[in-house]
Amino acid sequence: MTRPGFVLEVDRNTPPILFHHGEGFRLEKLPPGRTRVIYPAEPLEPIEHPDAAIRHALLNPLGDSPPLPALLRPGMKLTIAFDDVSLPLPPMRRPDIRQRIIEQVLDMAAAAGVDDVALIAALALHRRMTEAELRHAVGDRVYDAFAPHGLLTNHDAEDPDNLAYLGTTDKGEEVEINKRAAESDLLVYVNINIVSMDGGWKSTATGLASYRSLRHHHNVRTLRHSRSFMDQHRSELHSSNWRMGKVLRDAGVKIFQIETTINNDVFGTEGPMSVLQKREWEWNARDRFTFLAMQKSLERLPARTRRQIFHSWKAPHAMTSVQAGEVEAVHQVTTENVYRQHLVAVEGQTDILTMGLPYICPYNVNSIMNPILVMCLGLGYFFNLYRGRPLVREGGVLIMSHPTPWEFHPVHHPSYIDFFEQVLAETTDPVEIESRYEKQYAEDEWYRHLYRTSYAYHGVHPFYMWYWGSHALAHLGQVIVVGGDPRAVHRLGFRPASTMQDALEMASDVVGRDATITHVHNPPILMADVS
Amino acid sequence: MKALQFEARPARYAAAAAAGRLTPGAGAKVGPLRLRDLDPPELPGPDWVVIRPRLAGICGSDLSTIDGHASRYFEPIVSFPFVPGHEVVADRTGSDGSDRVVVEPVLGCVTRGIDPPCAACGRGDLGNCEHIAFGALAPGLQSGFCHDTGGGWSTLMVAHPSQLHPVPASMSDEAAVMVEPTACAVHAALTAGIREGDSVVVLGTGTLGLLVTAALRHFTPAGSILAVAKHPTQRELARALGADLLAEPDEVLRAVRRLTGTMALGDGRITRLTGGADHVIDCVGSAASLADALAAVRPKGRVTLVGMPGHVHVDLTGLWQREIVLAGAYAYGTEELPSGERRRTFDLAFELVRAADLGRLVSATYPLARYQDAIAHAASAGRRGAVKIAFDLRNEKERTRL
Repeated sequence: MTRPGFVLEVDRNTPPILFHHGEGFRLEKLPPGRTRVIYPAEPLEPIEHPDAAIRHALLNPLGDSPPLPALLRPGMKLTIAFDDVSLPLPPMRRPDIRQRIIEQVLDMAAAAGVDDVALIAALALHRRMTEAELRHAVGDRVYDAFAPHGLLTNHDAEDPDNLAYLGTTDKGEEVEINKRAAESDLLVYVNINIVSMDGGWKSTATGLASYRSLRHHHNVRTLRHSRSFMDQHRSELHSSNWRMGKVLRDAGVKIFQIETTINNDVFGTEGPMSVLQKREWEWNARDRFTFLAMQKSLERLPARTRRQIFHSWKAPHAMTSVQAGEVEAVHQVTTENVYRQHLVAVEGQTDILTMGLPYICPYNVNSIMNPILVMCLGLGYFFNLYRGRPLVREGGVLIMSHPTPWEFHPVHHPSYIDFFEQVLAETTDPVEIESRYEKQYAEDEWYRHLYRTSYAYHGVHPFYMWYWGSHALAHLGQVIVVGGDPRAVHRLGFRPASTMQDALEMASDVVGRDATITHVHNPPILMADVS
Repeated sequence: MKALQFEARPARYAAAAAAGRLTPGAGAKVGPLRLRDLDPPELPGPDWVVIRPRLAGICGSDLSTIDGHASRYFEPIVSFPFVPGHEVVADRTGSDGSDRVVVEPVLGCVTRGIDPPCAACGRGDLGNCEHIAFGALAPGLQSGFCHDTGGGWSTLMVAHPSQLHPVPASMSDEAAVMVEPTACAVHAALTAGIREGDSVVVLGTGTLGLLVTAALRHFTPAGSILAVAKHPTQRELARALGADLLAEPDEVLRAVRRLTGTMALGDGRITRLTGGADHVIDCVGSAASLADALAAVRPKGRVTLVGMPGHVHVDLTGLWQREIVLAGAYAYGTEELPSGERRRTFDLAFELVRAADLGRLVSATYPLARYQDAIAHAASAGRRGAVKIAFDLRNEKERTRL
């Protein structure tokens, strides 16, 4: 039996609390009497025999879908799409869930005599996956069987010859997705759900879509009206994707959705990283020594080396559920399983929300967490990990801890550099940014070239990162970054603080001296169910 | 009279070069520049007049000389010892400010008593005079670099009437002292051959870069102007004077790529642009700025060098392969406007100084006695939020003695 998440009231005996801080950590003594810390649940027990569970799901689908073998026949065109490198976080140890599922789907297809099979990484406007990343996701056997023949590809949202326009929703949203996927007799989508936002119609309507289609829900209006986009029932982002799903269904795109959930076992139970998954007052002498040794060692290393060490970490995530069949029926069960791991009941809002931002987010796997991604992780992802009401009250203060270096991966994030140098130098207002600059970046030929031929995120992607945080920007009274590069923090429109104590002092100007504080002890991920 | 004098003393010049490399402006302490009591210069000819400087600006070329960075190219066209200062507003008679003039310092054929004048002077292109080392004056391309005329960093100098432009009563001394550098900028903007809608990059936003930006916006049909500015004050002023876009020095190529929509070589890193801006106006004149200029301009585009370069080491392969035009722009004379009208550069400069309120660019003034502080301030003007630093001679005691 794993222990559920809970809320700790900080008192004088509470030890310093762990904050992730990029490729490092901080231990912060938080004010007693007015601070609470939300801890995630311990990792759920994994499915003991994942391959058997997958097989069971494929043969016993949910909703009105027949079992997978019944959908397979000789001469048919089968496409298997799968989530890209942004999932899960950190990347999981081999074998990846996608590999386990795809191998079984391919075995069933082979048994049915299907010989026209293609695999597509459903990366939307993310960067293309490298060979190593593809091999990690689908396994060497699948990669070697398909990639050399051009049958394992990265989705290209800018390839006009390989996109199919399927119509518009009743709200006028254009639906355009990968042509091979749209024209297949069956599209099998292989998903990994790490947060409740993932999966459902978003898998296909976003993962395989073009910019023309994505812009209808990846915009400021939609994201500001998603309270939050982690809560699909109150998310305009999801409403739009669900409308698009209807267009897909009406256009005859036949989808067999396979969704999985994983536990939040990020750091494991052995080795130096395991201490990060323990609650501070349960650290024994060895844990404390391990942590201090790790912290001191990391401080002595060059940033580049630290980054390499962290990005080489593969998490021992394990599958907690797998369900297959009709999209919406599948996703309902998936969401329940995500909530089972992530939801923590929290009573009431707080004046000040604190969080430590780790080294990784969905968009810097094997890359650099640039300042725009810092904003997106804090104000986009972590702020929105709530159900009901935001953890912090309107006009409250968000304090996040991250070094926020003025540093970009030029290959992965070329348009981010320009966004940071040009756009944020002028304004941080998402509405103005969208109206003045988005089109220029979205249609820039160089960015398009790099997205299609190199490993660059699409030119418009930094805009989406900024929009991701637009709800938080409108909601918060102030954002403070502890330990960040002051120049970069100022460029983001936030306030830099050297220490947590300074940050709390600065926050008191906005919310008063006796303000309540809530710290989200994240990662592993949790989702606050705020009453 | 009181004057700052620059002597030909190689040992001190070498010391200035060493000091200036470490701390810009430090050449004033150890170099050949000294504050002295001098005899006033003799009138070189019957037409010449005595003028009493009120304000005299410190120019980038002055700083280069003081810090020992100036090219030996100048040796045959200056005469030692000389009193620097070629950005001058002065009193023609008396010292009550009722007959103020701005000095057009170029020493062309007319001032040298050469008749007939050379072809350039005949056309009104004084900056291209072929006789700057000949005639009735010692060699010197401008007042402020010529032994016989003195210069503005003193309480008295001499000038030929053809060099003097009356200052309207409504114009402040601060505005008037900006006329000469503004004339340089107007000349640079108008000689660049900018056509309707051309994209222009201005490298450097010290005094010259800011003035070029203003001149481009006021006198040319330039489209987007991208100014490369390092310091916050420079950014604000560049924007106010007509720049549409701003970039920091290490962002130039990315900014130009964004502006022009060109492709770039390099896997996201930008090693080279395939296109570029129609024009780059280099107001810095360093090896780095010239390299940036050549990288930022499009094939068959034009780089206009306004900042004084000296010896630079730069790869010209791109200039050859992309058929780039590299041209200099020095001083002033007579300009042809896009409308075809021909006007004296100084007349246009007066107009621009007034229209763009360029007197606001004078950030600080110093008495001669504090020349080391003044030079240090001018050498670090951008970093200290300043633009133009000038000497204020109006309250110098010696000004009324002669």
